[in-house]
Amino acid sequence: MVRSIARPAALLAALFGPLLLGSALLGPAAGAAEGPPGPWQDWEAHNEISNTASLQRGASAFMNYCVACHSLKYKRYSRLGEDLDIPLEQLEANIVLPGDKRSDYIKTSLAAEDGEAWFGKAPPDLSLIARSKGPDYVYRFLKSYYLNPNPSSVTGVDNLQLSGTAMPHVLASLGGVPEAVFRNIERKGAGGEIVADREFVEFKPAIAGTLSAEQYDEFVLDIVNFLDYVGEPAQLVRKSLGVWVILFLMLFTGIAFLLKQEYWKDVK
Amino acid sequence: MSATTPNGIPKDGSFRAWLNKRMPVDEFVKEQLTGYLAPKNFNIWYYFGSLALLTFVLQIITGIFLTMHYKPSDVAAFDSVEYIMREVEWGWLIRYMHSTGASFFFLVVYLHMFRAMLYGSYKAPRELLWLLGMFLYLALMAEAFMGYVLPWGNMSYWGAQVIVNLFGTIPVVGPGLVEWIRGDYGIADSTLNRFFALHVVALPFAIALLIMLHLVALRQTGSNNPDGIEIKKNKDADGKPLDGIPFHPYYTVKDVVGVGVFLTLFCAVVFFAPTFGGLFLEKPNFEPANPLSTPDHIAPVWYFTAYYAILRAVPSQQLGALLMFAAVLIFLFLPWLDRSKVNSIRYKGILSKIALTVFAITFIVLSYLGLQPADGLYVLLARIFTVLYFAYFLLMPWYTSIEKTSSPPTRVSYDG
Repeated sequence: MVRSIARPAALLAALFGPLLLGSALLGPAAGAAEGPPGPWQDWEAHNEISNTASLQRGASAFMNYCVACHSLKYKRYSRLGEDLDIPLEQLEANIVLPGDKRSDYIKTSLAAEDGEAWFGKAPPDLSLIARSKGPDYVYRFLKSYYLNPNPSSVTGVDNLQLSGTAMPHVLASLGGVPEAVFRNIERKGAGGEIVADREFVEFKPAIAGTLSAEQYDEFVLDIVNFLDYVGEPAQLVRKSLGVWVILFLMLFTGIAFLLKQEYWKDVK
Repeated sequence: MSATTPNGIPKDGSFRAWLNKRMPVDEFVKEQLTGYLAPKNFNIWYYFGSLALLTFVLQIITGIFLTMHYKPSDVAAFDSVEYIMREVEWGWLIRYMHSTGASFFFLVVYLHMFRAMLYGSYKAPRELLWLLGMFLYLALMAEAFMGYVLPWGNMSYWGAQVIVNLFGTIPVVGPGLVEWIRGDYGIADSTLNRFFALHVVALPFAIALLIMLHLVALRQTGSNNPDGIEIKKNKDADGKPLDGIPFHPYYTVKDVVGVGVFLTLFCAVVFFAPTFGGLFLEKPNFEPANPLSTPDHIAPVWYFTAYYAILRAVPSQQLGALLMFAAVLIFLFLPWLDRSKVNSIRYKGILSKIALTVFAITFIVLSYLGLQPADGLYVLLARIFTVLYFAYFLLMPWYTSIEKTSSPPTRVSYDG
């Protein structure tokens, strides 16, 4: 069931805001690309959309840690409650933000101009992130923050999936922040020339979080699962309905085939 | 009580008699269905004509419902599609049927065209039937392209940008023509609006008209068959082809089986893999159109990628565009390129058999290459297969006239 939710996130953003003012000077995160290659590229979420408890935990986590900056502008609270079996009172008490109605879309309290001023880029709406980038992308992103030793770094962290991201590691208190170990490699450039490059090897624990590695993995998976559901709510019914449709059509085809055989008996 | 006398004439005073006095219903059914004699030896390749018609009807019906909720405007289009996916009752199903329908339409049409190439269905006296089919294919391509722009995702936007700019490579009139097509200096609201008009009104009408003409021409010449011989050459005492059977009920009941198999596969995609791994619905199209952010890799949907590979195989964009349009239009000349004495691949020589096999592989490989980034080995392969693509057509007069053909039977082969 949904855990009771305090809303420190909006506060958090307000605290982070002034700290991050400088990041605007670093230029927009639009130039961000994938970090050095390595085994992280093979991490897969394998989230289960049918796991309602996981979706509920993910919704709760989203409202705690994400909604302060990121909206889900195509998603209504009420629909969320219906789809995830969250009783009305619980929905009102734990999910719907103060001042919002149940029928409202999930909007962030962070104004786009503020986001742009603080982070250099307004935090994107996440309604379709799991569709446009895929659940694995979100999973790798949330799992691949690491300490950025560069003193000019505003957030103090960088990310393997989205190198140079303007987003601070909001989940640092839970998952901690590791140090990334890289090794120098040589690879072939576009013109066939040898280029010096870096490759990611592994994470080394540096700053500990309140959750164990397994617990943090579960936590991230729940968020990924939730965002996957938000990307395409129809997933919840699509497959289970599809089974019946296919069974009906197979039966239909079988009967049609017998009818055809009956008619074609006299074609010689 | 039956409304007809034993010999099939409507009884006086019956509703059918009343109706037939005012409209030739029975006559129409007899001419088009029960009295239309089709060769009895149709094989699996002959399902795709009726399936193409079914897909067309599906697209029209789902399209009507989508139009009720879709908003053709650059600020509202993307949101309205998400509205359909989330808040319209069964909207997700209607939209997935429409998007999957587009891909299945092309799949079915490609198999239908390949059937014609296998059995020489384009040869005399069916040249016009083939040409009408090709015009249908061209109209379908325009219809699909414009439909793809409507969701106003980032791939819609950039895909439209690339395709429309191709017309800019035409000497002299190019740049003006591109502006005229877009109705603006870039892909914009006005472009989206006119594409909507063409997609939901003009082109569906054109396609419906062409389907009708295609069927009228088919009724005149009669269907070809896997042996590529004319069933009209062997008639009984009443003047009926010996190897012909009434289209209804024999082929209607058989086509229903095809419809069952088709819908099973179609629904498997709609319900279990509607994006088909990004092949039917591409990931970047779940981001709204953004003129400032180009997707990493712009590619059209799979049914156009063979031509896209040809476009990119040529270093000069102008020549590439020319070659791409030529690759589509060259199908029009098939009836006159094929000099073989026989129609069906069954009785053609080894050269034709090799040529058609290589062509089928070429089309699939080019389609794959069009989905890959245009660099290194991919470009080299695209060049080789572009040559093979055109070789199939341009060498056809030669290899179909010199090869040794076998003689087809006088009656169709049927072992039912």
